[in-house]
This record gives sequence, C-alpha cells and structure tokens, in this order.
Amino acid sequence: MTHIEVKAVNKVFKTDSREVIALKDINLEIPQGQFVCLLGPSGCGKSTLLNAIAGFSLPSSGTITADSKLVTGPGPERGMVFQEYALFPWMTVEKNIAFGLEIKGMPQAEITAKVDQLLGMLSLGDFKHRFPKDLSGGMRQRVAIARVLALDSPIMLMDEPFGALDALTRRNLQDELLRIWAELKKTIIFVTHSIEEAIYLADRIVVMTYRPGTVKRDMMVDLPRLRDPSAAEFNALKRELGQLVMEEQQRHHNDEMRIAAVD
Amino acid sequence: MSKQDWRQAASGAVVPIVIVALWQASAMLGWVNPQVLPSPFAVVHKWIEYLLPLTAYDPATQSWLAWALSGELLGDTFSSMYRVVVGFAIGAGLALPLGLLMGSSQRMYAWFNPLMQVLRPIPPIAYIPLAILWFGLGNAPAVFLIALGAFFPVLVNTIAGVRQVDGIYIRAARNLGVSQRTMFVRVMLPAAVPYILSGVRIGIGTAFIVVIVSEMIAVNNGLGFRILEAREYFWSDKIIAGMISIGLLGLIIDVGMNKLNNHLLRWHRGLEN
Repeated sequence: MTHIEVKAVNKVFKTDSREVIALKDINLEIPQGQFVCLLGPSGCGKSTLLNAIAGFSLPSSGTITADSKLVTGPGPERGMVFQEYALFPWMTVEKNIAFGLEIKGMPQAEITAKVDQLLGMLSLGDFKHRFPKDLSGGMRQRVAIARVLALDSPIMLMDEPFGALDALTRRNLQDELLRIWAELKKTIIFVTHSIEEAIYLADRIVVMTYRPGTVKRDMMVDLPRLRDPSAAEFNALKRELGQLVMEEQQRHHNDEMRIAAVD
Repeated sequence: MSKQDWRQAASGAVVPIVIVALWQASAMLGWVNPQVLPSPFAVVHKWIEYLLPLTAYDPATQSWLAWALSGELLGDTFSSMYRVVVGFAIGAGLALPLGLLMGSSQRMYAWFNPLMQVLRPIPPIAYIPLAILWFGLGNAPAVFLIALGAFFPVLVNTIAGVRQVDGIYIRAARNLGVSQRTMFVRVMLPAAVPYILSGVRIGIGTAFIVVIVSEMIAVNNGLGFRILEAREYFWSDKIIAGMISIGLLGLIIDVGMNKLNNHLLRWHRGLEN
C-alpha cells in the first residue's frame, strides 16, 4: 500500500536577483513501513523535499499525499526529528515528550503511562527530570525521537538527525532506530549525506542530484539486517553510491567556485 | 562558608572599613562640620532611632507587633515599596501583553513602534509636571511615574524576546500540532522569558529610581520624602541614614530578583553551574 506519494513536485526559491530550482519533477511512491534514505550532497534538495513532505514548505507545483490525504501543512501524523534536536529547553525531558500528548488533550494518567513507556524504550528513565541543556547530543536526540513516537504518528521524518553526533553515539542511535522501526513498523524518510549511514539503515536509497534536485538513482538495498559495514557487499554498494554522490558533490563544488568568482 | 569564602568576604570588607575609619577620624578630629558630614556613629545612631517606634509601648492602644513596626523607617519603606509594587505591576502588566503582540505581529509592530520610539527617550522624571497636573499630589502621580518607568524596559525586551525566538521551536511545535494560542502561551512566551526577565530587572531598577524622585515632589511619606524633609531641618545624619536604607532596600530587591531569575531560568544554558 502506498503510504506517501510525491507526484510531479517542483520547488522554486525566488530571491531578489535569481531563482533557484531546488526540486524538479520529483516522483516517489513510498509503501507503508519502508525505510527510505534521501542521500546527496548539501544543496541537492533532500531537506527541501523532506520539509515539503512535513508540510513546512509546500511545493511550488505538484502534490504530496500522505495516508491518501493531501499535505497542506505540518501535522502530528508526520512527526519530524530535526538535526538541531529542537527540544523545548524550558521543559524537562518528561515534559518535552508529554507536550504533544497534552495538546492532543489526552488524560493525564494516560500521558504519564505513555511517557514512562517511551522513557523506558529509549533508556531515558534516569533523565526524566533533567532539562535538555544537561543532556549530551545523543541523549537529546533520544528525547526528540521519543517526542515524535509519543504522537503515534505512522510516518517519521528525520532530517540528518545523527549528523551532529560522534561516530560511536551515532551507531548506537542507528541501532536503536532500527530496533524501534522493526517494532513499530513506521514509514521513515531519513535525510543524510552519509553514504554508510544510508546503506546501514535503508530499505531504499534515493540519491538526489545537485541543483536542480532530481532523483538520480532510486535503489533498493537487499542486504540482510543487521548489516555489517565491513562486509564485501556493503562496501561494493558503498563504492557505487560513493561515485554517484561524489559526481553531485563535484557539481556543488564547481558551482560554489563559480559563484565565488562572480562575486 | 568555606575558608576561601571567608577570605573573599574579609578582603571585600577592607575598603569599607578603612573609609568608615577615616570618616570617623575626620569627624572626631573636627576636620569637618558635623552639620555637613556627621560621624558614622551619629548616622548609625540616627538610623536606629529612625527604625525604632517613636512612642513608648502602650498595650492599651495597640498590639505589640503593630507597635514594633510603627517606626518611621518601616513605615516609609512600606510606603515606598507599595508604590514600586503597584506602579511596576501596572507598567509591566501593560507592557507584557503589548510587547507579546508587537513582537509576534508585524502589523502591530508597524502601528505602535513609531509612537514607542518617540515616547521612549523621554525620561519618566520629565513627566512629573504633567503627572501632578493630571493626578494632583499623593500616591497616584507617583504610581503613574513608576509605571511609566517600568513600562518601556519591559516592553522593549519583550518585543526583542519574542522576535528572537528560534524558528526551530516554532517548527517543532507546529509539527506537534499546536494551536495558535498554545504556540503563544507554551512556546513563544517561555522562549522569550530570558529577555523579558532582563527587561523586568531594568524596569524594577528604573521604578526604584523614580519612586525616590517622585516622593521628593509629590507625596509626604516614603524614603525619598524623608531624606528631603531631613534636609530642611539640616539633619544630615538622617539624610545619610535614609540613603543607607534606600541602598539596603535596593540590594534586597536585587538579590530577590536574582533568585527569581535563577529559578525561572534554571533551564537556560547561560546559567549552568
């Protein structure tokens, strides 16, 4: 069953002096429960596409539907995990997770039960009453994931969520995410520029081109889970994807040099 | 207190002790006219007199507590504080909602900001003649001036506080599905609190200055009134005793504000300790 459908989506950003075509004719059909990674260098429009699906910044033309409903704005059925965590610093861990439930009007007893369950699931129990400033990056991102899980949204959108973490914490959270995904059967769209991360996590990798953002390659990853990043098949795929991504990175680089020369 | 704290306190006491000793010595040696500068002992003596009840305790007419608090200093402190609290509550109470509106709505900002920019540089003291003309003498003009003094710092900081709210919080909240009202009350407002509190702090400082000045002009009690009254009788010891009281009160307010700040901003990154 198709869960998210992106149809003929274009996105143009206009500034005073020029137009940037961020997305050009993107078409994707994502079935229920699929783990999709959008992969590409900065400027390839992967975050733009994610923001369009999230409803923060709607397409200039084309349509996006989620659960057969047209996306017209952000909503809790498409929970988002941001790279910058975006936790509310004035709320404790517990309150951050509970916030989405409170505004839904869930009874307090149910909220407490749900929050406690999520604190357990993400090993956050000891941090319940802490404020975000007292947590490490990895812990903050756990809270952000718990906050989205609390909403029971069938779709999870993740914008380079582990980009700011050190390699070990990152692997640790990737494993947690895979465990949660296997348990809760969510549809996940995960933006990253790390080839290894994409191969490690995804059922399907969508490689995007640098300006205008188009789909360069849409491929399934058939390696059995849990994947071993040192395995030969893993590395063969990594080499192949590396080439695709670096072509786009090179275009990004050339473009930057050209703009610098004009200025 | 640790040994280091004691040492720090001791080194902080050196300069005041030396100054007071010099002051006392110059008084004792007759270098200055006591009418111009009374000795520290005279000031302390006067301060205690100012603090203590004026009449002897009479159980027939009043309770013990009322008698103990009947001293002039306590009465003046109460009057001054009453004006500060009421004036500040009015000023900040108007500035906060207006600031939230102006900070979050471009249209409101466009409507009100030019007027604010014109009014803001006028010191509250400059409103004294108008305040007396409008409200006569008594508490009303004093409260008006204090409210005015508190209004602008709170307003300006609230606007800045709302405007600097990180867009990521707003996006996260929209993603969670908050209504416009919830966004305001539970996201924008708390995110703006660090700015608002610094506005409150400046506002209270201004209110404290304004209360002393307005008491010198518009009313016949309070700390500001008392030191001006003392000048008419050439009671320089009482002037200084009053000034010390004003200083102590300011210090207490500041410490209280600091405690409140630390409590309300215990989540804030800048206060890690």
